[in-house]
Amino acid sequence: MKAQSVRFKARSADAMANPVLQRNLGRFATGGLGKLRADAVAAYGSQAFEDLREAAKAIRDRSLASLDVWIAQFEQEAVRRGATVLFAETAEDARDLVLEICRRHDIRKAVKSKSMLSEEAGLNEALAEAGVQPVETDLGEYIIQLAGEAPSHIIAPAVHKSRDEVSDLFEQHHGTPRKTDIPQMTREAREALRAHFLSGDLGISGGNFLIAETGSGIIVTNEGNGRMVTTLPRVHVCITGIEKVIPTLEDLSTLLRILPRSATGQAISNYASFFTGVRGEADAEGPEHMYFVLVDGGRTNLVGTDLQDMLRCIRCGACMNHCPVYGAVGGHAYGWVYPGPMGAVLTPAYVGLEEALDLPQAATLCGACSVVCPVKIPLPDLMRTLREKQVERGLRPESERVGLRLWSWFAQHPKLYALATRIAVRVMRWHADKAGMIYWMPFASGWVGSGKAGEGRFLPAPAGKTFRELLAARRRGP
Amino acid sequence: MCADVHGTGDATLAANPLSAQPIHPMRVGLLVTCLVDMMRPNIGFAALDLLESAGCSVVVPEGQTCCGQPGWNSGDRESAKALSEKLIAEFADCPWVVAPSGSCAGMVRTHYPELFRDDPLMREKARALAGRTWELTDFLANVAKVHAVPGRFSGTLTYHDTCSGLRELGVKAQPRRLLAMLPGAKLQEMTGCETCCGFGGTFAVKFSEISTLMADQKCENIAASGADAVVLGDLGCMLNIEGRLRKRGDATRVLHIAEVLAGDTGDTGEASGAGR
Ligand code: SF4
Repeated sequence: MKAQSVRFKARSADAMANPVLQRNLGRFATGGLGKLRADAVAAYGSQAFEDLREAAKAIRDRSLASLDVWIAQFEQEAVRRGATVLFAETAEDARDLVLEICRRHDIRKAVKSKSMLSEEAGLNEALAEAGVQPVETDLGEYIIQLAGEAPSHIIAPAVHKSRDEVSDLFEQHHGTPRKTDIPQMTREAREALRAHFLSGDLGISGGNFLIAETGSGIIVTNEGNGRMVTTLPRVHVCITGIEKVIPTLEDLSTLLRILPRSATGQAISNYASFFTGVRGEADAEGPEHMYFVLVDGGRTNLVGTDLQDMLRCIRCGACMNHCPVYGAVGGHAYGWVYPGPMGAVLTPAYVGLEEALDLPQAATLCGACSVVCPVKIPLPDLMRTLREKQVERGLRPESERVGLRLWSWFAQHPKLYALATRIAVRVMRWHADKAGMIYWMPFASGWVGSGKAGEGRFLPAPAGKTFRELLAARRRGP
Repeated sequence: MCADVHGTGDATLAANPLSAQPIHPMRVGLLVTCLVDMMRPNIGFAALDLLESAGCSVVVPEGQTCCGQPGWNSGDRESAKALSEKLIAEFADCPWVVAPSGSCAGMVRTHYPELFRDDPLMREKARALAGRTWELTDFLANVAKVHAVPGRFSGTLTYHDTCSGLRELGVKAQPRRLLAMLPGAKLQEMTGCETCCGFGGTFAVKFSEISTLMADQKCENIAASGADAVVLGDLGCMLNIEGRLRKRGDATRVLHIAEVLAGDTGDTGEASGAGR
């Protein structure tokens, strides 16, 4: 998928100007997944949950510390059980591998359960071009596939769509009378998808985790589509990032306790589907051919760097569910596969710093993401690190660099600083109206915005004297 | 260095009725913060009054300017380092350092040590200062352990938890405990009191529209609470919230927690600062 992240500002402006989207986002913010998570944490016990976060972090750190070892073990175990393990350096390589698999097995239709890596690779377009019909079977992914859009959230891909919009899409694509009752609509989608499950000859899934000790992959879903995708078609491809390997099933049991609670507030997801090798002689179901496509896509570049913490990510979505910027602009504004705080780190890391200059900047560093992250990724610190890299590489505007340097220089010279601030507060005072508000700021026009009511704010004017002046006066006595 | 430019002597202490710490006065260096110095000196005086009435002997190191947070958050580590070294030296002699700001106290406490990854000596100094630095309400409630505050307020207040104070320093119960000591004040919590107001330093300027939208949500929640005033502990966020409230034509007062607790909620301006 080609990143559009350089256009963050324009895309977020569009999002904020779209009343339907704003309504959908508002509903998400107030009644959404954040509340469900909070309830789940309370039910689990907040201290116990903190301990669980610590344990989950430790597992992910241990996995990453010897990533090569676990990957090698995973490969050995998976191959022993009849699977093929392929490695792709880039998402494009992964796409080519999947196309090659399609050719080898004469694939006509691919049924898919959710895979963010398939988005990174732009797999659907490539499959369609190669004459393979891709069918998304996760309800949210199915909806946005009908709409011809990209996901706007990693676990709730169609969260930006209202029921009405979905009703229209179903009417148009299913050719049935328009329905607005949600159970009826899901029933209709299920019926439409059933035929695809039965006629699909390739199943494509992501992988939430890969387990080194057994060579298994696992996906966590709520709809059961993942199980169909991984068992019904004669060929199954699991495409996921190499960083998803964890050592043992024991580790998985910890992560499975924290992932659904963080994501949707569920104690456990409806399905946790394991896939281990090909169908055995005694097995009633399962694929004849099983492939794991493990993608690097920039991941190993982060190992051993100050961004390595990001690789702990277990793709729960909690950071975006709690992000006020995501809540204001939605997922599409971020312009690539991963939105919200995790995307603000992953996009520059995987696609390139220059391709996503605004993303690490478009955050107040409020920290709401890092306190909910199940694997304790210090997302604001990582955004700050990326901001540092931008400065080091000379990617910030000259005016910003000069402004900061000037401020810092004055602040290092207290006498001059005192004089400059004395002048500044007086100038500001003069510019204030009777109510003590400033409307016009030549060097920080973003603060006041344009003159329109919807934009910017006034600046409450300063008192007219600095604290240090007033304190000196107070010491001298009345 | 930490020159005693504004100290209270031991004598005032023995008779201090508001503090549980009658024996030795705690020597506190007031970290005024650059925003308070320029934009609302009243907050500095309110903090000073509160610390003194809690029995502390307060010094205000003279050359202090800025803690370096703008550089740190903008990826300019060098300027953040330079300013932190300056501040560390200025407050070296202060057994306690108190700031009327969650984000500046958070800068010193959580980020100063990180600044000196490769300089063990400075890192030690930074750590030591971090361990002695407190956000004002945290200090009053948990260190000075005050049982009463000088202010009074008649009306309803709602409290906005500012991000750094809340998430970096765990400032949540402290201001509420102190507000509960205010005669006449009633606390009415708003929805989303922990949600960021959209300030974020330069974010408010760089991403004006997103910031405004976030501030609008905050303003709506403040209005819905029906409170007479919104109280918070960071001036940056105050300027953002007050500026947006006024632009919306909403006259709800925006007060710093220090102003409310000190009973110094008169018009901001030199009159309230200098006229004591
Ligand atoms: S960064 Fe943390 S909170 Fe965000 S998706 Fe990854 S694991 Fe979840």
